[in-house]
Amino acid sequence: MNKVKIQNSEFRILLKGGRVIDPQNHRDEVLDILIEDGRITGIETKIDNAQAEVIDLKGKYVFPGLVDMHVHLREPGREDEETIASGSRAAAAGGFTAIACMPNTQPVIDSQGLVQFIKSRQIPECRVYPVGAITKGLLGEELAEIGDMHQSGAVAISDDGKPVTNSNLMRRALDYCRMFDIPVISHCEDKFLSADGAMNEGALATKLGLRGIPNAAEATMAARDVMLADLTGGRVHIAHVSCAETVDIVRRAKRAGVKVTAETCPQYFILSQEAVIGYDSMMRVNPPLRSKADLMTIIDALKDGTIDCIATDHAPHSSEEKEVEFDQAPCGMLGLETSLGLCWTHLVEKNILTASQLVEKMAVNPARILKIENAIELKAPANLTIFDPQAEWVVDPAKFRSKSRNSPFKGYKLKGRAVMTLVNGRKIDL
Amino acid sequence: MKWNKKDLLDLESLSVDEMNMILDTAKSFREVLNRPIKKVPILRGKTIVNMFFEPSTRTSASFDMAAKRLMADTVNISPKTSAVQKGETLLDTARNLEAMKIDLVVMRHSSSGAPHFLASRIKAGVINAGDGQHAHPTQGLLDMFTIKEKRGGFEGLNVLIVGDVTHSRVARSNINGLLKMGAQVSVCGPSTLIPIGIEQLGVKVYYNLDEAISQADVINVLRLQLERQKKGLLPSLREYSLHFCLDKDRMARAKGDVTIMHPGPMNRGVEIDPDVADGERSVILDQVTNGVAVRMAVLYLLSGGDAPLAEAIKKEA
Repeated sequence: MNKVKIQNSEFRILLKGGRVIDPQNHRDEVLDILIEDGRITGIETKIDNAQAEVIDLKGKYVFPGLVDMHVHLREPGREDEETIASGSRAAAAGGFTAIACMPNTQPVIDSQGLVQFIKSRQIPECRVYPVGAITKGLLGEELAEIGDMHQSGAVAISDDGKPVTNSNLMRRALDYCRMFDIPVISHCEDKFLSADGAMNEGALATKLGLRGIPNAAEATMAARDVMLADLTGGRVHIAHVSCAETVDIVRRAKRAGVKVTAETCPQYFILSQEAVIGYDSMMRVNPPLRSKADLMTIIDALKDGTIDCIATDHAPHSSEEKEVEFDQAPCGMLGLETSLGLCWTHLVEKNILTASQLVEKMAVNPARILKIENAIELKAPANLTIFDPQAEWVVDPAKFRSKSRNSPFKGYKLKGRAVMTLVNGRKIDL
Repeated sequence: MKWNKKDLLDLESLSVDEMNMILDTAKSFREVLNRPIKKVPILRGKTIVNMFFEPSTRTSASFDMAAKRLMADTVNISPKTSAVQKGETLLDTARNLEAMKIDLVVMRHSSSGAPHFLASRIKAGVINAGDGQHAHPTQGLLDMFTIKEKRGGFEGLNVLIVGDVTHSRVARSNINGLLKMGAQVSVCGPSTLIPIGIEQLGVKVYYNLDEAISQADVINVLRLQLERQKKGLLPSLREYSLHFCLDKDRMARAKGDVTIMHPGPMNRGVEIDPDVADGERSVILDQVTNGVAVRMAVLYLLSGGDAPLAEAIKKEA
C-alpha cells in the first residue's frame, strides 16, 4: 500500500447522520464518522464528541473518496490547458479525492524525476498519482525505467494516447511489471486500422463523409493484450472501452482467469455516434463515440461487472485548438466535473446500477487496481466524498475549475453532485 | 415560394421544392449565358468571397464567373495567399473577412463539415463548394440540371455512379439529390471504394460494371484519385481500369440513349475511355456550362434578391 502523508488535517471532524455507502465493507446505512488528526477513529450509529466540528449530513451520502484512474493534466508542457493544480481543483469539484494522471505530457513522464515532479506539484484538494510511461518518450521502442518510477510513486504504467504497437515489447512490459504488481494500462488501438479516422465507422460516417474507425481497431489490440497478460501473468487494464467486441474479449478473458480489468467513460454509455451530426468538434474523441448497440453493451458490461471502473479520460484542450474543423480538432473531452452527476443521473436514477455499484466503479475498484489507500475503516486516512443525491444542476463549462472548456455535456440537466470531500482528513468545501 | 435559407451546405437539408427552385432559376440564367453580353446587374454591390482551401480549377472559376456575370464583387482567397499559411484558424479568417462586410462565402475545404462549422458561426451566407468526402451540393445540382435538360425529368430514371464512391462528395450529393427527386440510383466500384452502409442511403450496389451498365439511363463516372493504390485500396490502376473503365466495349452493353457524365477532372484511360468521354453520348462539357448557370442561381437566391428574376433579367436585355 502506498502510504499517504497526512497534511494540514483539521483536529476533529464529526460527520453526522450521512448514509454511508461503502461496498468494500458491505455498508449501506446511516452512520456517524469521527475523524481525528486526519484519520478515521469512529464509525458508529451514534457518536457524540464535544470537541469535534460537527457536520450535519442528513440526506447526504458518504462514499469512499472517488478515484478517477484516467486523467490528463497537461503539466508539464501545456499549462495553458490544465495544470496539476487546476486539474486537482476540477477533480475536487467533481467529487474526486484521487486521480491518476497519464504520462503523455511534454516532456513525457518516463523517469523518476518526472514522477517526483508531478507528486511535488500536488495541492491539498486532491491526491495525484502519476502513471509512468511504458516506453521511453512514448516512442514504443524501449521500456522506460519502470522500477524506478514505481519506487517514486507511479501507480501504473501506460503509453496512453498511443498503443504499444510492438507486441513483444508489450509482452515484456507485462512481464516486467509482475515484479511490482502494478497494472499496465493499455490504450488499445491498431493505428493501421484506425488510420485517419475521425468517427465511428459505419453508415453514419459514410453519410457525413468522415473517415471511420472500426470497432476492430480497438478490439484486435484488446484481444492481443489479454493474451499477453495470460502468457505473462501480468496485470493488464484496458482503458476507455468503447465497443461491444472489446467487452466480449474482456468478459471471456475474465472467465478464463486472466488478470484483466477494464474501464469505460461516461461518453461511451451516454453519447452515441449520432452526436457527431452537425460536426461539433466537442464530440471528437478517441476511441470515437460508437453506435447505440455498442452503448447498450457497455451498459450491460457495467451491470455484470465486466467493466470494473468508470474513469473520465479527462482531456483538456484549448478552445483555439478544439474549435476548428471536425477532423482537424484534437481528440478528447473534459470529464472530471461532470462524471459523478452524469453517472448518478444516467445510471443510478435510471436503475441501471445501484448507488453501491456506482461507488464500486468510481472508488473501490480503481483504488484496488492502483492500490491506493482509500477504505472507510478505523485508522485509515479519511478520504471521503460527500454527495447530495437531490441537488439538481445544469452543466455550465464557463463555471468549470478546469482551465479548459471542452465538455460535450454543456447544458445537460443533472441530478446529484458532490458537496464536500475529505482528502487525507482535510475538509474540502466545494 | 421565397428562398429562406442562409446557407447552402448540402442537398440533404434541401426540400424538393427548394431544389426545383434552384433548377428553375438556373434555367433563366442559362439563357443569359447565350447572350453576346453575358451580364445582369442583379448582384451589384454584393461582395462574395471565394475561399478555396483545396486546389480547384473548374469549381472556383465557375463560381467566380457566376458572381461576375451577376456583377457582384469577388475576392478570391487560396491557401497559398491566405493567413491560414501563417497559422490562422478558419474561424478567425472568416471573422476577419466578415468584418469587411461581405455577403457570401463560397468555401472549398478538405475537412468534411468545415462549411457547417463556419455557417453556424458567421452571419454571412455560406455556400459549400465541396467539403472533404461529404458534399458538393452545386455539383449535385448542376448534374441534376444537366440530367433534367437531357432526359426531361427524374421520375423512374436509372442513374449509375461508377468509381471511387468512398472518397467522393460528388457521389454523395448526387445520391442525396437524385433520390429525393425520384430517380433510382446505383453505385458500382471496387468493394474497397464503396463505403460501408451506403445501401442505407437507398442505393443499389454493384461490383460488376458489365452487369450494372445495361439498365442505366445515366452513367456518372467519378474521378479516381491516383494515390488510392498507395493506400492499399487498389492493386493497380491497370486492374482498376480492366474492371471499371467505361470503354467502348462496355458502352456496347449500355442503352442506346444513355447519357454519360463526369464531374472532372478526368483521368482519360483510367476511369473513362477518351472515345467515350468525347463521344456523342457524353454531356461532360454541358455540365461545365450548366455549372455556371446553377451557381448564378445559388448566388442569386442566397443573396436574397427580392425582385422576380425574370423582371430583373429582362430589364437588362
